[in-house]
Amino acid sequence: MSNDDSSHADPSPADRARERWQAAYDRSARRDVPFETMSGVPVEPVYGDAPYPGQYPFTRGLHAGGYRSRLWTMRMFAGFGTAEDTNLRFKELLRAGGTGLSTAFDMPTLMGRDSDSPWALGEVGRAGVAVDTLADMEDLFAGIDLGGVSTSMTINGPAATLLAMYVAVGENHGVARVELAGTIQNDILKEYQAQKEYIYPPRPSMRIITDMVRFTTAEMPKWHPVSISGYHIREAGSTAAQELAFTLANGFAYVEAAIAAGQDVDEFGRRLSFFFNSHVDFFEEIGKFRAARRIWARWMKERYGATDERATMCRFHTQTAGVSLTAQQPEVNIARVATQALAAALGGTQSLHTDSFDEALALPSEKAARIALRTQQVVAHETGVANVADPLGGAPYVEWMTDEMERRAEAIFEHLDEMGDGSILEGVYAGIDNGYFVGEIADSAYRFEREVNSGRRIVVGVNAFTDGNDDSEPNLLRIDQATEDYQRKRLDGVKHRRDQERVGAALARIAADAAEPATNLMPAIIDAVKAHATEEEVADAMREVFGTYVEKAIV
Amino acid sequence: MAEDRIRVVLAKLGLDGHDRGIKVVARMLRDAGMEVIYLGLRQTADTIVAAAEQEDADVIGLSMHNAGHLTLAPAMLGALRAADLDIPLVVGGIVPDDDAAGLEEAGVAAVLGPGATAEEVVATIRRVVRGE
Repeated sequence: MSNDDSSHADPSPADRARERWQAAYDRSARRDVPFETMSGVPVEPVYGDAPYPGQYPFTRGLHAGGYRSRLWTMRMFAGFGTAEDTNLRFKELLRAGGTGLSTAFDMPTLMGRDSDSPWALGEVGRAGVAVDTLADMEDLFAGIDLGGVSTSMTINGPAATLLAMYVAVGENHGVARVELAGTIQNDILKEYQAQKEYIYPPRPSMRIITDMVRFTTAEMPKWHPVSISGYHIREAGSTAAQELAFTLANGFAYVEAAIAAGQDVDEFGRRLSFFFNSHVDFFEEIGKFRAARRIWARWMKERYGATDERATMCRFHTQTAGVSLTAQQPEVNIARVATQALAAALGGTQSLHTDSFDEALALPSEKAARIALRTQQVVAHETGVANVADPLGGAPYVEWMTDEMERRAEAIFEHLDEMGDGSILEGVYAGIDNGYFVGEIADSAYRFEREVNSGRRIVVGVNAFTDGNDDSEPNLLRIDQATEDYQRKRLDGVKHRRDQERVGAALARIAADAAEPATNLMPAIIDAVKAHATEEEVADAMREVFGTYVEKAIV
Repeated sequence: MAEDRIRVVLAKLGLDGHDRGIKVVARMLRDAGMEVIYLGLRQTADTIVAAAEQEDADVIGLSMHNAGHLTLAPAMLGALRAADLDIPLVVGGIVPDDDAAGLEEAGVAAVLGPGATAEEVVATIRRVVRGE
């Protein structure tokens, strides 16, 4: 009772939240465009109630100003043929208004095999760019200002080697480690669950990742050392809720591993990022994105004790769903990609890759890749959705869907926590070992396929509206065998020119450091790539110590 | 009846790890009453030949998503010929129409592209095995 006077004077929590939001908004940057409808009606930066965008638990977005401050990064994934081929595509994308680079590597590179390995037969430069040695990495980024772009590299098993090469290229360009900005996917857990591009067993792989987190924390402050990826889990067939839950559970696993290695949760938590799929069910996707931010924020704060708000923010990249693209009437995919891009924007993504309409048939042609980029430019600059932060926040269906996604994810976390006796990390290891993840994903994929086959679920051009399916295929990108032959010759040349003794010593050091769990592997790997050790040689040095992973074939 | 069941060996040849399609196909064929032996990822032409021989396969199915089909499918055919095995080879996955024709000319019994339905997959396997 005696507090009556002061409580009257104090603003309510809701008013305080609004004031804090206003202050954050006023401090934030502003794009130089009119924030009004095309009819000239001015719009507010945000509508609805607290918590506002930029406020914990960030359901409504990470930034007070949403995309008013800065649009998402239009990051188009590219890579094919030789490093020179991809370098030209990179420059074309930057000229076309792309603002970040994203590198796709070919299968041998992703699996730690050189272009001259028997395993590489038929796969060199086909599904991405071939990188065997530092010389290829030099060509890949030739003429590109590494201090001015942010680069994403989609690589996992041999991620440490590719990061080492990027650091070496930076040094040769005169760009210091502290200036290099970007992301390396480096999410090995989802490889065992979905994408299947692993080299070593899970536990030694986790040690390499922990070494990379330590290295980048100490030396590369602008680098995201792990991009925890649900994209491939979804592509492999999971539902939206499984994608959300498995991805965040993998995130919790990395956090637990880093904490166990003595890392400060606030320190590395700030530099984790995520990667989600944007599929075709519009509101389910938006609910998933919003739920991801809320769940991550709560778990980081409440379970892992993060006190720095930035360490509780779920920053994510989004890619439209490759698996939703149809080979039938491929131009129709442009419409699918557009709705998926819109969902990603309404879900508050930090960056976006839009798929090309011809990707159910081949790697994207240059024209198809340009249309895909143009699609997100339409969403960003014409639709007006970037004028208001979290424009769907407060809508009953959207809020329900967000809650529902969270409930379904929490049920899965509970199961993993039980499997791991109170540790999500151990639960994830157990789920990899006992086939839980691959089984759940395969079940969902098969359920979807049966729905399409029975006609219960309509996919335009596949089981309905098939007039036009006989049209001829669009012009597809072809990678010919000459690429493989060229790359092998090139690799042969590098191997002949290098100092073999230096290479041998560097590889021996990697094997020795791998056998010492307390030694960070990064310095030895950087040393080896500078000596032009090949990617496979580096991987072999670690295979000797760590062994390899072979999946049980379960249908 | 049991001896009439079609025995299908399915495998991923090479490094390509995209296994959603082949797992779905494995279940489709099983639901259609076939005996499916899935060898899993990272098989070589030699491991597939050995398994096909041992399992007395009626047909071999490979799934390819990494644009390596023009190299890998002929390599598989070569390995079957070298082992003197007359088992039809079916290739599924991301194979453009133009390539499909070439692969069939080279001796692949059938190509199932990205638009193939469950009925087409089952019917194709029956056709190449029994001429139905």
